[in-house]
Amino acid sequence: MNLNLKIWRQKNASDKGKMVDYPISDVSPDMSFLEMLDVLNNELIEKGDEPVSFDHDCREGICGSCSLYINGEAHGPDRLITTCQLHMRTFKDGETIVIEPWRAKAFPVIKDLVVDRTAFDRIQHAGGFISVNTSGNTIDANSIPINKQDADDAFSAATCIGCGACVASCKNSSAMLFVGAKVSQFALLPQGKVEATDRVLNMVKQMDEEGFGNCTNTGACEVECPKGISLENIARMNREYLSASLKG
Amino acid sequence: MALDSKIPKGPIADKWTNYKNKIDLVNPANKRNIDVIVVGTGLAGGSAAATLAELGYNVKAFCFQDSPRRAHSIAAQGGINAAKNYQGDGDSTYRLFYDTVKGGDYRSREANVYRLAEVSTNIIDQCVAQGVPFAREYGGLLDNRSFGGVLVSRTFYAAGQTGQQLLLGAYSAMNRQIGRGKIKMYNRHEMLDVVKVDGKARGIITRNLINGDIERHSAHAVVLGTGGYGNVFFLSTNAMGSNVTAAWKAHKRGAHFANPCYTQIHPTCIPVSGDHQSKLTLMSESLRNDGRIWVPKHKKDVEAIRNKTLKPTQLAEEDRDYYLERRYPAFGNLVPRDVASRAAKERSDAGFGVNATGEAVYLDFASAFMRYGKEQAHIKGLNENDDALVKKLGQEIVKAKYGNLFQMYEKIVDENPYETPMMIYPAVHYTMGGLWVDYNLMTNVPGLYAIGEANFSDHGANRLGASALMQGLADGYFVLPYTIGDYLADDIRTGPISTDSKEFEEVENEVRKNLDHLINNNGTHSVDYFHRKLGKIMWNKCGMARNAEDLKSAIIEISELRSEFWKDVRVPGTQNEFNEELAKAGRVADFLELGELFAKDALQREESAGGHFRDEYQTPEGEAVRKKEFQYVSAWEYKGEPKDAVLHKEELEYENIKVKERSYK
Ligand SMILES: Cc1cc2nc3c(=O)[nH]c(=O)nc-3n(C[C@H](O)[C@H](O)[C@H](O)COP(=O)(O)OP(=O)(O)OC[C@H]3O[C@@H](n4cnc5c(N)ncnc54)[C@H](O)[C@@H]3O)c2cc1C
Ligand code: SF4
Ligand code: FES
Repeated sequence: MNLNLKIWRQKNASDKGKMVDYPISDVSPDMSFLEMLDVLNNELIEKGDEPVSFDHDCREGICGSCSLYINGEAHGPDRLITTCQLHMRTFKDGETIVIEPWRAKAFPVIKDLVVDRTAFDRIQHAGGFISVNTSGNTIDANSIPINKQDADDAFSAATCIGCGACVASCKNSSAMLFVGAKVSQFALLPQGKVEATDRVLNMVKQMDEEGFGNCTNTGACEVECPKGISLENIARMNREYLSASLKG
Repeated sequence: MALDSKIPKGPIADKWTNYKNKIDLVNPANKRNIDVIVVGTGLAGGSAAATLAELGYNVKAFCFQDSPRRAHSIAAQGGINAAKNYQGDGDSTYRLFYDTVKGGDYRSREANVYRLAEVSTNIIDQCVAQGVPFAREYGGLLDNRSFGGVLVSRTFYAAGQTGQQLLLGAYSAMNRQIGRGKIKMYNRHEMLDVVKVDGKARGIITRNLINGDIERHSAHAVVLGTGGYGNVFFLSTNAMGSNVTAAWKAHKRGAHFANPCYTQIHPTCIPVSGDHQSKLTLMSESLRNDGRIWVPKHKKDVEAIRNKTLKPTQLAEEDRDYYLERRYPAFGNLVPRDVASRAAKERSDAGFGVNATGEAVYLDFASAFMRYGKEQAHIKGLNENDDALVKKLGQEIVKAKYGNLFQMYEKIVDENPYETPMMIYPAVHYTMGGLWVDYNLMTNVPGLYAIGEANFSDHGANRLGASALMQGLADGYFVLPYTIGDYLADDIRTGPISTDSKEFEEVENEVRKNLDHLINNNGTHSVDYFHRKLGKIMWNKCGMARNAEDLKSAIIEISELRSEFWKDVRVPGTQNEFNEELAKAGRVADFLELGELFAKDALQREESAGGHFRDEYQTPEGEAVRKKEFQYVSAWEYKGEPKDAVLHKEELEYENIKVKERSYK
């Protein structure tokens, strides 16, 4: 396949940045999207140009590093996958592909397609944990049976990979799906209930301080989320928040 | 220098408890005056950093990703072992110990493995308390599955994302300490060297990957939890950034590198699709619980399948060769990884590989669909003889167990594994070798520790499934936090370590010199060009089966490639910016040294053991021939060039397990 790539290039955080055209030929449909970019980068390097920077690591959809906004969609046109799982067979010969970084005030660009997502970490520092000591002197794991449905729902919420596609897809750059997933995971488990009040208040406070926008229930996040994290989690967080505010 | 493994005296079951009771402790007030550097935030580093901080030490933690949560442990799929015996199938600490030593082909250290088995149960309690959502049964209790090389069900799991859930547990424990100010986290920082002061590890030099700043960090002890070096093969199931740099630099500063040739080639990965391939994807071993591995019995059917004139589903049962079930009736599809991988290679080399490259075998779920489906139909009172219905019901069960793996497969291969068997082939997956450590997990450099996949200690020549996660968390949560106290107890009056010393300056200058060379080299080829070449040499000559002739030529080829790299590599951009090519260049430079030592180690080991298989040492049936005189750990001391490394031997003694022919028949 031959393709025309339009890629966002930005030297560093203070550079203004612009779109640049890169034609690429002989792309195999079996390549992953990132392998296609590897080929482009090797050509650029051997020609003496600067390769395109992008985040990636596991290349199997689990680490949450890769984060490309492709043809106007976070992680590209396919559903329930990350950018690294997207394959070139999804595109047509001769197609133009526009590649941009996540765009959100809370995710400033570092270089080209690489953004700073440490705001997500700071929200987790504020309450994304259960305060048990790691000494191992806890009770036997099977002494707290957990209803399978709750355990499965907690697991589903916990599969969030922290990629930020939800933020990038939201017109308000809201992080509610990401935060809702963590709050829900713990809210559903007996171990997490003890600190539930503080957790939701602290995490939401940090989220607001980081400059993420409000949720207006448009649901774009759920559509683009590679792990299918459900809007249910936002609703659950809102309930937790409301009851915590009443208590607090 | 003689290697002292510092194994405590006494009966194996009491060693750890007695040792813990005698160990020197640091009182809480003094811990506040002690700094510890932890490099790596995977299961090993993350759990260690959190626990050390909780004990009161000042921890500085480092990772090269943008967040600790993205360490490569996140990718682990299948599960984690623990001798809980929740299934009541006869599991015990001793049995887990026994299976692990046998699985490692009698090349691991008994005392370490016993301790690992002993603390394994704590891990599960700990993780559940942290909110790790393990899979549960309908009664609300924890579920288990079985993995290769064992006859009990002791593996805890969270669908196909166990590593992710365990890592997020460790990450949450870290977050709590980061929030309290007890861990200072350095994301996007790459450790480029270790600094020793008066013979002790006292700090590291890092490069800030965002702006290129070279930084000095000091501490009273340095812990490396930097993962494995499978990427020396270029193609592996490891993440793109996984590297040997931290361990290799430690080696060059005096730490012995143990058993570098022990590599695990995992039997169930998605086959290579073309030259553009950048990494390989694992299909969890847990699939071997339900999938059956086969190739056609007859060459004519192989041809027809390759030409796409025959579908695998059309081939009659009697024309299929379920070769693992045939060769190993006792363990069948659940033989250990090294055995399963070699068997797949044997069939493919004999011309029975089922894809265009001839390097693939089938992993088939058809009988599992029917088996589960019948059970479901029976439970639900539906017609058990309606094959279509039964198949559908069975597929739902399989989907609940492995849905994400099936989806991953379909996305990559573009075939639906519910309708046609998966194609799989072995790929490099895990490295049992690593920095040599004693019972305290300290390398032979005082104050320098190695944990998790970065050390060599617990898996011998072959790792059993679901035991790396167990080891990483055991090291980080339960072992290192005790043993490091014994060393740090002498440091309570030392005071902060200054970075303003000639030792730091010298190492920093060396780091800068290397980076300058790479940036200013202006050669003709990209880093990947050399990395791929190295990978080819490694796979062809140091891969699943090795022989003296190939290994000798690999040593020469790798050292030639290394000089070509330093002359001709092209790294664009500058040092003072985000520059992934520069980071990659440094990593590949180290792989080019490690690769040579790897081949040298494989050459001296004139036996076949676990993941190390030498063509010269096999039975007429193709089984590995282990030799008593090689019952030692090879620990290499750096002497300038990898080929000049000096071998030290740690003899292994088995007092609690009788060394036997390892049989899975
Ligand atoms: C696909 C896959 C599936 C697996 N499935 C299982 C399974 O089901 N069960 C099981 O038991 N095991 C499994 N394993 C093995 C297991 O996941 C790993 O062995 C284990 O997670 C390694 O953990 P670790 O903490 O030692 O290192 P890692 O998780 O690799 O962490 C390394 C850390 O070190 C940091 N680092 C590395 N180099 C540097 C440097 N120079 N400077 C700064 N930081 C650095 C990284 O940023 C990272 O934080 C699997 C492995 C793979 C590849
Ligand atoms: S909720 Fe979904 S889109 Fe948002 S960070 Fe998590 S996985 Fe990514
Ligand atoms: S690179 Fe890890 S999710 Fe894409």
